[in-house]
Amino acid sequence: MDLKDKIVSSYLAFEDHLDDNSPLHDIRNEAIKIFEQKGFPSKKEEAWKYTSLNSLLKHNYSLFPKRDNAIEYKDIKQYLIHDIDSYKIIFIDGKYSSHLSETTHDGMDVCLMSAALSKPKYRLIIENYFNKVATTDSLTSLNTAFSSEGAYINIPKNKLVEKPIQIVHFSTGNEAALMLQPRNLIVVGENSHVQIIERHQSLTENPVLTNSVTEVFAAKRAIVDYYKVQNDKESASLIDNTFINQKQESHCSVHTFSFGGKLTRNNLNFFQNGERIDSTLKGVTIIGNKQHVDHNTLVHHIEPNCESHQDYKGIFGDSATGVFNGRVIVNKEAQKTNAFQSNNNILVSDKASINTKPQLEIFADDVKCSHGCTIGQLDESAMFYLRSRGIPEKEAKALLMYAFSNNVLSSVKIPEIKQRITKIIANKLGVRIGFDL
Amino acid sequence: MLKINNLHASVEDKAILRGINLEVKPGEVHAIMGPNGSGKSTLASVIAGKEEYDVEEGEILLEGENIDDLAAEERAHKGIFLSFQYPVEIPGVSVTNFIKTAINETRKAKGLDDMPANEMLKLIREKSELLEIDRKFLSRSLNEGFSGGEKKRNEIFQMAMLEPKLAILDETDSGLDIDALRIVANGVNKLKSKDNAVIVITHYQRLLDYIVPDFVHVLHNGRIVKSGPKELAHELEEKGYDWIKEEVNA
Repeated sequence: MDLKDKIVSSYLAFEDHLDDNSPLHDIRNEAIKIFEQKGFPSKKEEAWKYTSLNSLLKHNYSLFPKRDNAIEYKDIKQYLIHDIDSYKIIFIDGKYSSHLSETTHDGMDVCLMSAALSKPKYRLIIENYFNKVATTDSLTSLNTAFSSEGAYINIPKNKLVEKPIQIVHFSTGNEAALMLQPRNLIVVGENSHVQIIERHQSLTENPVLTNSVTEVFAAKRAIVDYYKVQNDKESASLIDNTFINQKQESHCSVHTFSFGGKLTRNNLNFFQNGERIDSTLKGVTIIGNKQHVDHNTLVHHIEPNCESHQDYKGIFGDSATGVFNGRVIVNKEAQKTNAFQSNNNILVSDKASINTKPQLEIFADDVKCSHGCTIGQLDESAMFYLRSRGIPEKEAKALLMYAFSNNVLSSVKIPEIKQRITKIIANKLGVRIGFDL
Repeated sequence: MLKINNLHASVEDKAILRGINLEVKPGEVHAIMGPNGSGKSTLASVIAGKEEYDVEEGEILLEGENIDDLAAEERAHKGIFLSFQYPVEIPGVSVTNFIKTAINETRKAKGLDDMPANEMLKLIREKSELLEIDRKFLSRSLNEGFSGGEKKRNEIFQMAMLEPKLAILDETDSGLDIDALRIVANGVNKLKSKDNAVIVITHYQRLLDYIVPDFVHVLHNGRIVKSGPKELAHELEEKGYDWIKEEVNA
C-alpha cells in the first residue's frame, strides 16, 4: 500500500475516535477529500518542478506513534535557546511533553492545540480562526485532516510578551520511520508584540517527515517576529506551510535559517489585509552533501500603502540543490505598494545548483516593485584584501561566505538568536571567529 | 630588507612595469611619486602578491628571499603590509573580528597559538587609541559606510595591529582632510623603527610633510626615472611632472 492510501485509510480510524461535535469535524472530512483527490504534489506541478518528494514517500511511516516517549532535558538543552527566559511548548514524537514545557494562561494563552480544540472556552476562537488563512493545497489539507496537536497561542490586545515562545518538536527515533502533522495557531491582538522560535529536531538517524501548518493572525498594529531554525539531521525532512494574515499597520517578519535536513520545503505565505502593513521575509540557507532546500514564498498585497521586504541568501556546496520561488501579487487596489525581493546565491561546488525564479504579478500602476537574483562566486578584490592581511585563501573564502550570509541577521531582534545563528554559520563554514567583543 | 631587480609586470598582456629597480633598507622611508597611470599602484599590488599581475621578468627579494612564488597571505606572514587605496567593504564582518582573524591566522602560519583574548583586547585598545579610533567604530562592519578618512585610519590601525616589516601605503592621503591626515601620519611615525621600512606611494607632496622620506623616487611609464632626497618632492610639487617627462625624453 502506498503512503497516500495508507494515510487515507487510517483517517477513518483517526476521525472515529474524535468528538462528533468538534467544530473541526466537517473541516477535516473536507480536507481529507482534497488530499485524496490531489495526492502528494509531483514535479508535474509548476510549484514543485524542482522539488521531488518521491524519495521521502517510500518509507513506511508510523502516522500515530504508539508510545509516549520521554527524554531528559539534558539531552535536548542544546537545541533550545536556553540562555534566556522563554515559554516553551515542546513535543516528543508529536505528543506534548509537559515536563519539558513552560506554558501559561496568565493574561494570555500559550498552550496546546489539543486543549484549544477540545475545551469549550476556546471554541469561538477555533471557529473564527482555525483553517481560515490556510489554503487548500494537498499538503496543507493533509495536515488539516489530521490536525490534533501543536502550539496554540492567543495574545490579547495591548500585550507585550516579554519572553519569546519556543515551539520545538523532537522525534526520538523509537519508530522506524515517523510522519508528523503539527498544527499551530497563533492569534495576536491589537498592539501586541510576540516573538516565536520554531524548531524541528530529530534525535536519531531514523527517517522523519514533518508536514507542518502554522496559521498566524496579526491584528491591527500587532508585531510578530517569527524565527525558524532548520538545522535537523540529514535523515529528517520538513514541509513547512505557514500562512500569515495581517491587518492594518501590523508588522510581521519571518526569518528562516536552513542549514540541516534532507529535504526542506518552506511554503511561506503573507496576506496583507489592511493598509500600511509591513511584511519581512528573510532567509539564510547553507547546505552541502545532497541536501535540498526550497523556499516558496508568496506576498499578496491586497490593499494600498503597504511594504514587503524579501531577502534570501544561499550557499550551496557538494551536490546540494536549492530553489527560490518568490511570488509577489499586487492587486489593482494596492496602489503605493513597495515590494522588494532579492535572492543571492553562491555555488561553492560544480555539482551544486540553484533554481531561482521571481514571479511578480502586478495589477496596480503606482507601485515600486523590485526583484533581483544573483548566482555567483566570491568577489576577487575582497579575496585579495583578506589575503593581503594574512588570511589564507580557504579561510578568506569562508569568511566572505560568512559575511555574505551573516548580513541577513541584522534584522534579528533577539541577540541570543543572532549569536546562536552566527555560531552555527561560522561552524558550518569553518570560520574561526571570536564573538566575545 | 626589500630589493627589486629589473621588475617587469603586466596585466592582460599590457605591460605596466618595465624594469623597476629599488632597494629599501631597514629604518628607511621611501616615497614613490609619479603622474597618474605611471604604475605606482601596480607596483604596490605586485609587491603584495595580487594574482592578476604577471611578473614577466626580474625578481622581488624580501630579506634576501625571492618571494615571486608566494601567495599574498604568505607575503603578509613574512611581514609585508599594503594599505589599500580603496579598502574593500565587507558587510557582516566587524573590524574587530577581522583583525583578530588576521592576527591569529598570521600566528598560526608561524606555528603560534591564538593570541589570548585579554592580550588581544589590550592590543586593540592601545592601537585604536594611537589612531584616535572610537570603540564603537570597531564593532562596525569592515569599511561599510566608512568615510574616506575612516577607511584610511582603519588601514593604518590594521597596520599597527599587524606590525609589518615593510608597510606600503598606497595613496593613503587621498580623501583625507587635514586632521585625518595628521592622525594617520602620526600613527605611521609612531610605528616606525630602525627595523622596519615604509614605502609611501603618493601623487602629492602633502603627506610627505608629515611622513618625511629618506628617498623620493619618480615613477614614469613603469620605470623609476629619477631618485633623490626629500627635496625632490618639493620640486615636483612646484614644477609638476612635465619637466621630468622632458628630461626622460631628452
